[in-house]
This record gives sequence, C-alpha cells and structure tokens, in this order.
Amino acid sequence: MLEIKNLHVKLEEGDKVILKGVDLRVEAGRVHAIMGPNGSGKSTLSYVLSGRDGYEVTEGSATLDGRELLEMEPEARAAAGLFLAFQYPVEIPGVGNMTFLRTAVNAQRKARGEAELSAGEFLKIVREKAKALKIDAEMMKRPVNVGFSGGEKKRNEILQMAMLEPKMCILDETDSGLDVDAMKLVANGVNALRDEGRAFLVITHYQRLLDHIKPDVVHIMADGRIVKTGGPELALEVEHNGYADILSGVL
Amino acid sequence: MVAQAKLDAAALRLDALGQPQTGWTAAARRAAAARLRAMGLPGRRDEYWRYTDAATLNQPAPQRAALFDASDEPVVFGGLDRVKLVFVDGVFDPAQSDDPEAAGVELLSRQSADIHWAQGLYGVLEARGQSPVPRPFAALNTAAAVEGVLIRVTGKAEKPVSLVYLHRSDSSDAILHHCVKLEAGAELTLLENGPAAARLNAVLEVELAEDARFHHVRTQGRDHERRAVTHIFARLGGGALFKSFTLSANGVLTRNEAVLELAGDGAVAHVAGAAVGDGAFHHDDTVFVTHAAERCESRQVFKKVLKNGAVGVFQGKILVQPGAQKTDGYQISQSLLLDEASQFLAKPELEIYADDVKCSHGSTSGAIDETALYYLRSRGVPLRQAQSLLVLAFLAEAIGEIEDETIAADIRLRLEGWLARHDR
Repeated sequence: MLEIKNLHVKLEEGDKVILKGVDLRVEAGRVHAIMGPNGSGKSTLSYVLSGRDGYEVTEGSATLDGRELLEMEPEARAAAGLFLAFQYPVEIPGVGNMTFLRTAVNAQRKARGEAELSAGEFLKIVREKAKALKIDAEMMKRPVNVGFSGGEKKRNEILQMAMLEPKMCILDETDSGLDVDAMKLVANGVNALRDEGRAFLVITHYQRLLDHIKPDVVHIMADGRIVKTGGPELALEVEHNGYADILSGVL
Repeated sequence: MVAQAKLDAAALRLDALGQPQTGWTAAARRAAAARLRAMGLPGRRDEYWRYTDAATLNQPAPQRAALFDASDEPVVFGGLDRVKLVFVDGVFDPAQSDDPEAAGVELLSRQSADIHWAQGLYGVLEARGQSPVPRPFAALNTAAAVEGVLIRVTGKAEKPVSLVYLHRSDSSDAILHHCVKLEAGAELTLLENGPAAARLNAVLEVELAEDARFHHVRTQGRDHERRAVTHIFARLGGGALFKSFTLSANGVLTRNEAVLELAGDGAVAHVAGAAVGDGAFHHDDTVFVTHAAERCESRQVFKKVLKNGAVGVFQGKILVQPGAQKTDGYQISQSLLLDEASQFLAKPELEIYADDVKCSHGSTSGAIDETALYYLRSRGVPLRQAQSLLVLAFLAEAIGEIEDETIAADIRLRLEGWLARHDR
C-alpha cells in the first residue's frame, strides 16, 4: 500500500534537515504505529506525505499503490486515497462544516470519475456516521472547527475520514488533548474503519492510544529515521522504560 | 476658496446636460445646480477624493464601455416574486416592465405627476447631506436627473420593487434619481441590479417615518468597463430600520456613497458591501453615519476581494452628535488581497460628542490563509475550488447583513458561479 524509501527532507527555508532516510512499508489491512520523542520528525513525515508547503524532498520516494505521491498536488493525493488526521485541525471561519464535508466528498468522487452524491444521499450518510461519533447537528452547522473543543476537533477529523473512506489513513497525534472518554470514542471510530483494504499509520507519543487501536507493527523514530521496528510489545517497552533506553541501544 | 478649475468643470458639466425647467422638481433642480456651481466638481486635493480619481466622472462625455455578454447566466433576482421595472441605459422601458402604477410606483419622467410628498423629498436629503462633506455628483444628479422612481408606502408592500438596469449602448450616460418614503410602520424591499449604462450617476433618497422598515439589496452589474457614482441619502425616524447591501463584481470605477442620519431614538441603520475586483477595478465605499438621537445602532460591514492590481477604498465615518447617548456604532472594513499588485486604502473615522457611547471600528488587509487552503486541499478539494470557498467565507459577514434568506441565497449562488468561472 504505502512504501517510503530512503526519504530525505529539509525545510524549504534554511538548511535544517528533518528526515534523514526514512524507510517504511505498510501493507493493506495493517495498522502501523510510529512512536518517538519530540522533534524526531514524525509530524514532518505526515505533512510531507500529504503535500504541505514548506518542505523540500532532497532524496527518496513515497508511493501509494505504486503511484509516486511526492509529485502530486495535495488534492490528487487525497483522491488517490491518502488521508491525514491533523494534530491541530484547522479552523475555517465562514465555511460551514457540512458544506466543507460535502464539497470534499464530491470533489473526490468527481476526481475518481464517480457520480456526485445528491444533498439527500449525503445527508443520510453523514447523519449516521456523525451519530456514531456523537457529533450533533449543531456542530455540523458551525464553521469548520471554529469554537470546537479539542475533543470535538479530533472527532471531526475522524468523521471526515469516515466520510472520505481513504485507503491509507495517517493519524497524527490524534490522542493529544483528549480525555479517556474522548479517546475511546475516537478509537472506536478508527476501529470501525479497519478492514482488509485499508491501512493505518498511527503517530503517537504515548502507548495509551495503542491500548484502544491495536497496532500490528510498531516503529520507533528518532533523529529523522526509523531506528527500531517490532510488534506491539515495543510500545509497552517505551511506556515502561522511556525512549532513552531504547535509543541508547541503536543510536 | 474653491479652485476656479473645479468651478469651471462644474459649469461645463451642467451646461452639457439638459435640466428640466418646469414641473414640480424645477425649484429643487435650480437650487441643486446653484449648489454645484458653488462647490465645483471634485479634485484630488479634496479630502474625500484623495484615493479616487474623478476625472472620468467630471468629463462632460462618458468614456465608452464595452457591453458584457452574460451568455446563459440566469439574471439576478430572476426567481423572486417582484414588481419588475426595467430601465435601458437609464430610460424606462414599459414593454419589459410590470405596470408601475398598479404597484403604486410613480416615474420621475412623468412631469404631470404632482406629488406633494415627493416635493418634500426630491433633493431635500441630498441638500442636507452636502454638509459637512460636499457631494458634487449628488447635486449634479438632482439638477439633471431624467428618470427614477417615486415610491410612497403606507403599509407593508406586497412584493419587492425590483429595478433592473440594462446596458445596451456603449456610450450611454444615465442619471437616475429615486425617492422612497415609508410612512409610520410601513415596509418595503427595494432591489436594484445591472450596470445601467457606460456611466451611471444614481441617487436614492429614503425617508423613514417611525418604525418603518426598509431593505435594499443591489448588485452593480458585471460589465468590466462601466463607471458608476451612486449616493444613498437616508433619514431615519424613531425605531426605524434601514438595511442596505451592495454586491459589486467588475466595473472599472465605482464610487458608492451612503449618507445616513439616525434622527429618531432607537433607529437602526446597517450598510454593507461585498466587492470582487480583478485587474482594472477601482471600488470606493464612502460612508457617513450621523447619530443624532439616543439608543441608535449603526453597522458598516465592507469586504473587498482584490487581485491583479485591483484597488479598494473605504472611507467610513461615524459622527455622534451631542446628546446621542447610548449610541452603538460598529464599523469593519476588510480586504483579501490575492496578490501583491492589489491594494486596499482604508480611512475609518470616529467623531464623538456624547459620553455614554459604544463605538468600535476595525480594518484589516490580508492574504488568503495558506493553512486553511492546504487543509481543504488535503481533503481533496481542488485549489481553485478551495480558493473560492475561502473567498466566499471572507465575504460571508457582509452577505449575512441581508435579512431575507432567499435573496441572500441568490447573491451567494451568483458569487459562487462567478468565482467558478474566474481564473486565479
């Protein structure tokens, strides 16, 4: 599904190099977690994959089902099936949440040559999915993420993911700023989407999210590289011993 | 001392126009011509003409303006149940219009119409509005207007009155002067749309008695080369409501002035504008709101989206007179600059002579929010469509000033269509 090879990335302005040769392969139907200390390059990896400005790829590649992602516009990557749940979802005053979602769903359908959903069809689907995430009608009417609590913003990200039905989902610190109940709600939303044709890359600092979204593979990232890969037990090791112990062995 | 050149220009301009010397408007026209001859036409040194060049408005003959082909685009307000009155290059066209008399609308051109109420309004608010800031084109309009509507409403008007301004000659020079009087508790919605002419000079005088409610929604046509100078003069009695919204897309020169006087306690006046300009586009909103009574509310909401060197101007003033306690005045003017070549010039002014007053103003210029743009694109919304969404979001507050949701939806739909056709 997702294959990243020897990815090197620096900031567009200045010389700061952030990713120093990332190699990662995620198969369909699997959940991979990336853990790592602050500043290790986890969020940069997610931004570069989704096409945010401000980064320069100096070496390497990233493909989704064999198609080179790094040369595509952000909207083309989305249409190809990539989705990033943001660590800090963006507020867009003046654009209604419902309008935003419908525009996005129909833009992707159009890009894939599918018929657009009618207002009625869309409403039916969105209501059902919103209900499961405890997102009420009032929240759908408000401008995108404006005045939303931290938990509401994250649930709104998961709703977008559920509506867009991407193949490759990247979750960037989706657990940050969530209490236990909100985290369960978000995790349930993610788990409901798990299936054989879909893969997840879950970026997190802490092991606790992985209690709810059980990963198949865990990677440790440090200093712009994947330095260790293992099973779910690796996350527990981090939880008990911290990063320093693990990193002292590999760096 | 007014510069001789400005006086000469005024004389030249007046002499080039016919001014009816008989009928019920004759005295008002003579007085207006005398006002103009004394104040002269605007020059760059005039405080309120520093950002806008009046040269093409001052010239006796208009510049040519190519006609715009809207092709299959549906007309604005076309779906509304309305009294439709059509003016072609400033001349009333009965063949395309509903019967004005059946709707209680008189025409200025019917010189026989002896209308007492209109005699007390025609040129009267315009004359009041000449102080402290002279408004030469409004005086010119009163002196030389050839057409317009005269509407007096005593109850709730059944349907909106919709004035449709068609532009058919590339050298037309239209002067329209409308008078609207709403008696106590009366209600009217007035719609205007279309470019009207190569050059348009329009004045709207609105007198609102106690608790009257007046809604005004206007779009100024899409002809790229048209020029327009417009004035709204309104005087509000106690508890009256005045709401005006203008949408301008295109037009090489637009100067919209609004002069509002809150004369009765508890009156409410809102004036709003949304402008979308591309290239040779100069759009100037000049507003003067006078709070002359207690507990009145005024709002000015102006938003301009500018690109490829387009220029936006906002000059907004709130004057709170002595004794106008509990005034609530608000003013916001914002521009979204889509490139470095475009500019926005804003001059907010507050002048307050009462002590128990709440007045606020703000003015900003900014580029499109790149983070929001990326967020939308990461969800699969293509660049152009994402930009349009953000432009509409920027204009939302101004469009939100339209109270009638059907009309607001019509305006939004129109904008969406225009933006979809635009290249960045």
